[in-house]
Amino acid sequence: MTPEERKAFEDKVHAYVGREVNAPQKGKDDVNKAMIRHWAEVMGDENPAYTDEEYAAKSSKGGIIAPPSMLQIWSMEGYPMAHNPSQDVQRELHNVFDEHGFAGVLGTNTSAEYYRDLRPGDEVHAHTVIDKISEQKATQRGIGYFIETVTNFTDQNDEAVGKIIFRVLKFTPNDSNDATGGDDSDDGMPEAPTRIASPRGHDNKWWWDAVDEGKVLIQRCKSCQTLRHPPRPMCGECQSIEWDSIESTLDGEVFSFTELHYPKFPGYQYPLVCAVISLGEGTRIISNIVGCEPEDVYIGMKVKGKVEQVDEKTMLPQFYPAD
Amino acid sequence: MNKETLQYQDVAVGDKLPPLEIDISSSLIIGAAIASRDFTPVHHDKKAAQECGLPDVFMNILTSNGFMGRFVTDWAGPESTVKGIDIKLGAPNLPGFVMTVTGEVTAKNDDTGVVEVGVMGENNVWGMHMGGSVRIELPKSDQQGEV
Ligand SMILES: [Zn+2]
Repeated sequence: MTPEERKAFEDKVHAYVGREVNAPQKGKDDVNKAMIRHWAEVMGDENPAYTDEEYAAKSSKGGIIAPPSMLQIWSMEGYPMAHNPSQDVQRELHNVFDEHGFAGVLGTNTSAEYYRDLRPGDEVHAHTVIDKISEQKATQRGIGYFIETVTNFTDQNDEAVGKIIFRVLKFTPNDSNDATGGDDSDDGMPEAPTRIASPRGHDNKWWWDAVDEGKVLIQRCKSCQTLRHPPRPMCGECQSIEWDSIESTLDGEVFSFTELHYPKFPGYQYPLVCAVISLGEGTRIISNIVGCEPEDVYIGMKVKGKVEQVDEKTMLPQFYPAD
Repeated sequence: MNKETLQYQDVAVGDKLPPLEIDISSSLIIGAAIASRDFTPVHHDKKAAQECGLPDVFMNILTSNGFMGRFVTDWAGPESTVKGIDIKLGAPNLPGFVMTVTGEVTAKNDDTGVVEVGVMGENNVWGMHMGGSVRIELPKSDQQGEV
């Protein structure tokens, strides 16, 4: 898209902001016990306020209520969604995005407020308005725009019963994005992601190759004997580029550490303690502390390393309490 | 589920909720999509889901939202009142996955009796499926503590 084309496109979509998706509509079914029970049954929800008339009547609820999370359900279009969804303003807006290459759609978040419990016999009327369209954003999924709609729900007396803000991303899918599209294994289950593979370049491939053989090496300057880690081409002391290596005994102590809580990376075991270890040879290495609770790790703790296989394709040094 | 409703004053910020493990099957994904009147094909038709780049049918937002609510009312009890649910969606839930839902009380409002619970649902394959908060009103017993 040229800058002019982009501006024309953005003007076109921003003209939708403030428009109603459709006129206020009464849900096809009023709140009713059957749909409540069907929903609670699938959700495994044993809350007696939803399905046990006797209990509900005696409780402070004074009778059956619908799960508040059903609010939107009372206004759903139903089976036509599968084959012949209604062509409302929202779909028209999505079509404009589709035509300009933003064909991907992803619900990113919702925010619901429930003003009162709904009871069998209540009507639910929904009124949806396109509230906001963001600037163009580069997201993990690809470049796109967030569209925010607001639905206000009212009852048979025109009283507000709730409100839902719904945000979707319309985006151009990244070709490279396969974060959720892993290969199918034989049983059809997608494979769990493994750890990030070690990046092996010209200057450090030899080090990782040794780890694959179960050894942790430390680079040593051939001219002044200074040890260095991580691997790099030149000695910081004498600028020599001649080097060899020695094997570490992996005796060390904790120089510093932290525990990673969030976000959790698939493929890693939690709790996950990352530490800087001072090796007996004098260099430091970043690794994980395993074999004890995170609470038991402390600075100065003596540790002993082992090269271990941590997933199907990764060998890594890991450190255990030494005693 | 807890059939004795918690009282507002019995709950403290930092309280952890009992975790909930949900086995996700095609039956659950499709059954809940239909029970929520969401007939979008990607939630009941594997071929349609595959055309969207996913290996199988995946859980719809209404179901995730429903589990946020159920997780908190299971803990709070039947006389609690859900006032709001905020949910941010992450990786999809697919058949064969197990989602573990955890939560913790993050705030209390003494005026309204509303307690905010931070909730996180992670599946065992792709990680974070949903995160957010549920606001729930708990009864206040009037015997003590109020002047
Ligand atoms: Zn040197």
